[in-house]
Amino acid sequence: MADMFDLAYDWLNTDPLGQAAYILIKIVAILIPLLLSVAYLTYAERKVIAAMQLRKGPNVVGPFGLLQPIADAVKLLFKETILPSGANRIVFLMAPMLTFILAMIGWAVIPFDAGLVLADINVGILYLFAISSLGVYGVIMAGWASNSKYPFLGALRSAAQMVSYEVSMGFVIITVLLLVGSLNLSDIVMAQQGDYGIFSWFWLPMLPMFVIFFISVLAETNRSPFDLPEGESELVAGFFVEYSSMTFALFFLGEYANMILMSAMTSILFLGGWLPPVDIAPFTWIPGPFWLIAKICVVLFFFLWVRATFPRYRYDQLMRLGWKVFLPFSLFWVVLTAGVLVAFDWVPHT
Amino acid sequence: MDALLAEYLPILIFLGIAIGLSVVIVAASYIVARQRPDSEKVSSYECGFEAFDDARSRFDVRFYLVAILFIIFDLEVAFLFPWAVALGDIGVFGFWSMVIFLGILTVGFVYEWKKGALEWE
Repeated sequence: MADMFDLAYDWLNTDPLGQAAYILIKIVAILIPLLLSVAYLTYAERKVIAAMQLRKGPNVVGPFGLLQPIADAVKLLFKETILPSGANRIVFLMAPMLTFILAMIGWAVIPFDAGLVLADINVGILYLFAISSLGVYGVIMAGWASNSKYPFLGALRSAAQMVSYEVSMGFVIITVLLLVGSLNLSDIVMAQQGDYGIFSWFWLPMLPMFVIFFISVLAETNRSPFDLPEGESELVAGFFVEYSSMTFALFFLGEYANMILMSAMTSILFLGGWLPPVDIAPFTWIPGPFWLIAKICVVLFFFLWVRATFPRYRYDQLMRLGWKVFLPFSLFWVVLTAGVLVAFDWVPHT
Repeated sequence: MDALLAEYLPILIFLGIAIGLSVVIVAASYIVARQRPDSEKVSSYECGFEAFDDARSRFDVRFYLVAILFIIFDLEVAFLFPWAVALGDIGVFGFWSMVIFLGILTVGFVYEWKKGALEWE
């Protein structure tokens, strides 16, 4: 029996085919929990918002309505895929696929524990930033290819909104990079390890940037109170009005997977990734991935809490907040952080 | 295999799997569900009346303006990334060079603001 394990271990680590198989196993180990958590995020969203509005939420399918996401998926699968007559068919089908693919491949660089990462690339945060920026293409392609008025308006709004908030997100990431001196995500987490546990993480010294980052993430993922692209009271459903069946489901999956990805990014940049909140015995026994997932859940809960609490922004307010408040403030903070680091000679040397 | 490329191989495989999965999901509904399109069903969505006119018409120039502003500032962010990582090596001189660059950009930003390019009525 032990021989077999040794043999398998050798095959997975030395044989090129074995290495490819090992990578495949790791990818599946990321993808399946991810898709399941996307399904149960929709369930959690409905339950949390229902609880905040003193309703019950889904409670019919399965115990506590736990099978509701499965039922939704099966129902969508059995619906007809509609290709609008005026649409550009290829782009129309490519848009939801692109949204979904981008939300998936961002996970390739997320470190779940020290060394527990699929692709430990040097430019991890740059890769994540690039992938999240590309998300706007899915929206624009959907809105343009539908050749219908509501998707077109929704896509324009969405594109302008996403690019506006991306700029301040970029500045916030740079303030964190100044403290770390590396683009590698594992290095960013390790730089937050300190004697004070939760108070050593970057959310405390960078508190204004943490707040700006969280709000920008809401705008970037088109979540309430910045869900103008969908603005159902005026644009019906925004850029995916014309989508049905599994093409719609892909948009839905992509959007929620993106929320989880952005929460993971927030956890890594500001909440210490896989590090335990208190660096003493009972907390350090719990494995790192558990802490990362717990932090992701906390950030996701804030997403839902915000949605249940705040009314939607008006479009001019949204653009004013992005360009006139967040951009100047985060730019100022970059200069301030760099100035303080240089003046006191605290710049990390790598 | 080159070590640098080997780091990116899992991403490439992941990309392949994600593409395959999305194609399978879209194809699944074609195979499983009954497709019966008719002219009403596939006409573009409109609320309360027949859809008229092509949707690819003129739109507000402000969206174009936002896109241009975005390119300027996102390039700036891209420029700041290597600077932020290398600040330890370039020290005080590097810091002040970037402050001058950001100062010039701020002048441009103030100009945009005063000109009303950031206003949405």
